[in-house]
This record gives sequence, structure tokens and C-alpha cells, in this order.
Amino acid sequence: MSKKITLMAIITLFALTILYFTGAFNRDVVTAQRFVNLQQGDNAHEGFRRAHAKGICLAGSFESTGELAKYSQAKVFDLGATPFVGRFSIAGNNPTAPDLKAPVRSLAFSITSNDNQEWRVAMNTPPVMAVATPDAFFKQLQALSPDPVTKKRNPEKIKAFFAAHPESAAFNDWKASYTPTNSFATEQYHSINAFYLVDKNDEKHAVRWIAKPQLSDENIQPLNNDSPDALQLQLKDQVAQSSVKFDMLFSFATEEDDENNPTVLWSQSRKTINAGTLVISRLQAQEGGVCENMNFDPLVLPTGIEPSADPILRARGAAYAESFRRRAKEVLLTN
Amino acid sequence: MNTITKYSASSMLIHWAMALIILSMLFLGLSMVQSLAVWQVEAIQLHKSFGVLALILVTIRLINKVLYKSPALPPSVPKPQALAAHLTQVGLYASMILMPISGWLMQSADERTVSFFGLFTLPNLVSKNIEVYAFFREAHGLIAYAFLLFIFMHVSAALYHGLIKQDGVLGSMLPGKHK
Repeated sequence: MSKKITLMAIITLFALTILYFTGAFNRDVVTAQRFVNLQQGDNAHEGFRRAHAKGICLAGSFESTGELAKYSQAKVFDLGATPFVGRFSIAGNNPTAPDLKAPVRSLAFSITSNDNQEWRVAMNTPPVMAVATPDAFFKQLQALSPDPVTKKRNPEKIKAFFAAHPESAAFNDWKASYTPTNSFATEQYHSINAFYLVDKNDEKHAVRWIAKPQLSDENIQPLNNDSPDALQLQLKDQVAQSSVKFDMLFSFATEEDDENNPTVLWSQSRKTINAGTLVISRLQAQEGGVCENMNFDPLVLPTGIEPSADPILRARGAAYAESFRRRAKEVLLTN
Repeated sequence: MNTITKYSASSMLIHWAMALIILSMLFLGLSMVQSLAVWQVEAIQLHKSFGVLALILVTIRLINKVLYKSPALPPSVPKPQALAAHLTQVGLYASMILMPISGWLMQSADERTVSFFGLFTLPNLVSKNIEVYAFFREAHGLIAYAFLLFIFMHVSAALYHGLIKQDGVLGSMLPGKHK
């Protein structure tokens, strides 16, 4: 009799262990799945990215100055040009949203150096995050989500969230001072999170980078404010005229900076190196375009670049993977 | 008639080594696709490295299975149970082979590299394709659940033989003298 009980006990324990790892008991933990559920909302746009659904593909060449080569083994920083493909996009889960309503704009690219090592980059217009952990970021998205009944944002909820998160000060300062530009080509895009450059002696250098536009709103093609695709149309006119360029400026952390905290701005006085210029010379519609089926996971890095321990950065891989998995499955099942 | 009652030492070694790796890999895999924790990045690297190891080990195991005879189930085992045991074993072997291969293919289809503890990198099997990625990504997940089910049945049956029946079936995979 006792042997039967022992057997049942072991089998039950084993079954519970399996269920535990499937996530059956952690309903309150913020997982990649819960995160993407929140991003996609009640009506997922099938086959599209769950975040930054609307965008336009681009291609061009990264013309490296060679100045960053002594800080990183990544071949892409050696003097010379390397082709890349990428994407401009706007925040939100709606692939047909009006361009000018989006609070955040993005530039992503994928570049493969001649030693076949790929670097995927995803940059946004804000220089910092409002919060420093995935859990807090989840709560931020919840607070910003429209009420399911009224379909409107609740200002009280948003106020309460930011009051409870004083670390959002730098983000809110940026938000208050930020005016969207008239073009994807004139925005400044930030890595937000910090990474390590790893040099030939395996020394690590904590950096953040920005893509700084060479064009400004004074010298660009006009923007048609009435079109829902205003930014894409403007960009097409712009690229038809001449290539669109961004300088890739890398800032180096000092002892004062915490590379694992994405909510704090680094001083302007930090050592900054111009790694080279992103020269965007061609555009392509997202549908059927080269960027459509790419996952710009910023944790795909070449030898010579490593992720910091920033909890937000490290959460991006799993969240991007879940979004990519869902749309990949939808593409497979509808074709 | 097959008269051996125990698995060879090499079979036992590879069985228990793979049991440890496979259970760790399945639990790690289930955790890392959900978790947003900081260890997620290193977990994926480990998962890929141990996946390559599992693929190497299952290859050795298949060769070992041809070289060394496996003990038969005792005649006291009823026919339906023997059939269930056989089917579970087929499922376990199929899972052992398909898990690492589907993982390798899904990584290839998103142009991601699979490195073996930084020592070498596997070649990409297919070019970048979202539908190929989707197929093998879903397969990798579904096979994982099937694998867990087969393992559960296998472990339950082994313990049933060892604790209740005491017919030497569990002992055949344990070192030392067992009845």
C-alpha cells in the first residue's frame, strides 16, 4: 500500500513540476506573452508587428570613419562602407495609423559585416525610458492604455503612475520639450539602452549611441499634414531628391553613469565618437519589402558588441520574439 | 529469445546523461520563452549550446543502440502495455531527434547563429524566411509538449515497474544489482 502512495506522490510531483514550468501557476508574473497581449490589444492586426506596426523599408550604406574600431572588435566599425537594410516606423499596433498622431518614431536597421556577423539595431526618438524594469514598463503601458469601456485614456491613472515613478523625470522632461519634426529624416534616434563595446584586449566600454540627422526641417521637402501617410510620403520625396544621412555618435559612460539604468540621461560632456554615417538611398513599401519579415531584436549583436545588464534591454529579446512568433504563425497560416 | 536483463554500461551512461540534459533543456526552454528576466539572454545561449550537445549525443545514442542489444520486457508484461511502452519509446526517440533539428532550423530561418559554447558555429541550413521560421518555431514548441508527455509516461511506467511490479524493468537501466 505505502509503495502505491509513494508512486502516486512522485508522479504527482513530477506532473506539478511540468505544469509549473509551463507557467500554469504564475498568472501574475509579467511574461513576454502578457506583454505582447497588452501591446496588441483586443483586436490584433494579424500578420503585423504588435508594436511599431506601421513602417517603411529602407536600404543604404554605413560609411564607417574607422574611429570606433579601437574600441570594438566589430568589423562594421573598420574604415569602409557596409550595406544595410532597415525600417522607419511609428509607435502603435495599428498598421494604418495616421503618421502624425504617433508619439514615438523609430529607426531600425540590420547590418552584416564581411565576416558574416549581423548587428540588429532598434532606436527610438526618446533618449531614455520612463522606468527601469519590465514590470514597471508593463504598468506604464497599462496606465497609458485606453479604458476598455470609454476607449479613452484615463488622465488620473496616468498621473498616478508617473507620480509613483519619480525615475520617469528625465523622460517627462524630454516629452515636455520634444516637438516632432516634419520628417523621419530630421529626427534624432537613440539606442536608449547601453551596450558594451569590446576591444581587441577584451576591455569593455559602456556606450549609448544616437543617430543624428544631417538634415533639419529648414532644408527638407514639404510635409502634407492632411495625409495619414504624411511621413512616408515626405520621406519618398526626400530620398528622391538626395540620400538621407545620419551620423552615428557613440557616447562613453564614465564612473558617474550607470549603464544598467535606462531612465537617466548621460551628460552631454561625455566623450563622443562619430562612428560613421548611415546613408539611406532607397525606400521600399513595407508590404513585400525587405524589412517586412525582419525582427529588429537589439540583442542580435556581432562579436565586439555586448548587451549591458539593463533589465529593459534584456527583456526586449523575449518580447520581440513573442511578437515575431505570433505574426510569423499568422503569415504561415494565411498563405 | 533475447536473454539479457540489463542495458550496457554505455547505454546507461548516455540514457542518464541525456535524461538530465533533456529535462533541464525542456524546463529552461519553457521558462525562457516566457521570462523577461535579465538571465534570458544567457539562457538562450546555453539552450543553443546544450541543444547542439543533445544532437551530438542522440547521434551517438542511435549508433550505440545498433551496437548493443536492449533487454526485452519480461513476458509478464501484458501485450497492450508492451505496445504502449514501444510507442512511447518511438515518441521519445523521435522527440530527441526532432527537438534539436527544429531548433536549428528555426534559428537558421531567422538568420540567427547557433554556437556551441563559443567553440564553433553551426552552418545555416535555410535562408531567411518567415514562413519556414513559423513552421519550425511552432514545431519546436509542440514537440516540446509531446516530449514532456512521453517523458511523463516513461517515468511513470518505470516507477510502476520498480515500485509495484518489481519485475526488473527499472533495474535494467540502473547500475549495480537490482531485481
